[in-house]
Amino acid sequence: MYEFTYHRATSLDDAQAKLSAGDDATLIAGGMTLIPTLKQRLAMPSDVVDLAGVRDLTALGDTGSAIAIGAMCTHDKVANSDIVKAQIPALAELAGLIGDPMVRNRGTIGGSVANNDPAADYPAALLALGATVVTTSREIAADDFFTGMFETALEEGEIIREIHFPKPKRAAYSKFPNPASRYAIVGVFVAEMQDEVRVAVTGAAASVFRHAEMEQALSGNFSADAIGGMKGDAGQMNSDIHASAEYRAHLVGVMARRAVAAIA
Amino acid sequence: MPSVSMTVNGKPVSGEVEGRTLLVQFLREHLGLTGTHVGCDTSQCGACTVHVNGEAVKSCTFLALMAEGADIVTVEGLAAGDELHPMQEAFRQNHGLQCGFCTPGMIMAGVALANRNGAPSEHETREWLEGNFCRCTGYHNIVKSIMAGARAMSGQS
Repeated sequence: MYEFTYHRATSLDDAQAKLSAGDDATLIAGGMTLIPTLKQRLAMPSDVVDLAGVRDLTALGDTGSAIAIGAMCTHDKVANSDIVKAQIPALAELAGLIGDPMVRNRGTIGGSVANNDPAADYPAALLALGATVVTTSREIAADDFFTGMFETALEEGEIIREIHFPKPKRAAYSKFPNPASRYAIVGVFVAEMQDEVRVAVTGAAASVFRHAEMEQALSGNFSADAIGGMKGDAGQMNSDIHASAEYRAHLVGVMARRAVAAIA
Repeated sequence: MPSVSMTVNGKPVSGEVEGRTLLVQFLREHLGLTGTHVGCDTSQCGACTVHVNGEAVKSCTFLALMAEGADIVTVEGLAAGDELHPMQEAFRQNHGLQCGFCTPGMIMAGVALANRNGAPSEHETREWLEGNFCRCTGYHNIVKSIMAGARAMSGQS
């Protein structure tokens, strides 16, 4: 790691002040991505501002129509939350599939969402459930939030406060994990909301995306058969040592059918 | 250099560290607690597992300064004098190690599991060990050890 100055923020205002005071400051939440990135010298921030001391980022509650999860809630907290397990069990299951127990004790939903790793799990849940990202300055719909590989709509100095997940009628997540890292080679989150069906795919392409053809088919007939021959567009899929583009395209169909079959 | 203070194995400790100093470096190099191992240094293998405020974490992916005020337990903090902790004793009884490099992390992960679940099944134990690698044993005796250690910790034989 290159040298940097570590700061512990005591409030969101304090975090923003410390962020803007540094030449090239960055936030740290659980550090499960940032610390390995720093070790590999892929990032060289002048200052690292820790959000762990900002108390109002760890709330988790039911607002009636949605579940509100604070940005600093760990994956372990979401996976084991009675509220999440009762209202959006697929979201609790997804959180419990991230990494391993030690990673889940540290990694946070806000960090995962802000990083927008193409193989991260949470972006699929946000996009499929039509979640809202509440930041220090505004509310951003998930449809507008994930803009590209490791890219989001967040502006300089803007900090995620919490994520609001509308409650679905039913939802499921099916993931084909990389056996070492547990990142998604392909993960598909299917959600039947009050007035629409949404299907979000992670791991497969440069960034999480919705599968319009599947959404349309499932809206008329919510069954695995309705999306029987469908898959991803191999021309848009990632290709690496773990899976070819054609294989990922195939897995998009398989994971979607498994998710639908689990709740149909 | 900034200073950091925490409780390690029940004793208050402090030291001067850089922003980039890892918790595992602080434990090993500043405090001489070399029971916590660095295996992969990429947060995959779990040899560096310690407890921070009661939860298992990978101390190679944790800045020392993040532990300010925290309660840390390392493998050295488990035994009561000459008497092994029940999880350590279970590893001894069940031959839960060969070279022993991963063992401190396995034991700390095992204790964390037992704290949540006093009678983990084999499946639950194997799932819990997703983040702890052993390159010798094939895991069978580690899993047996942790299941036995968890039962012993919760007062079952």
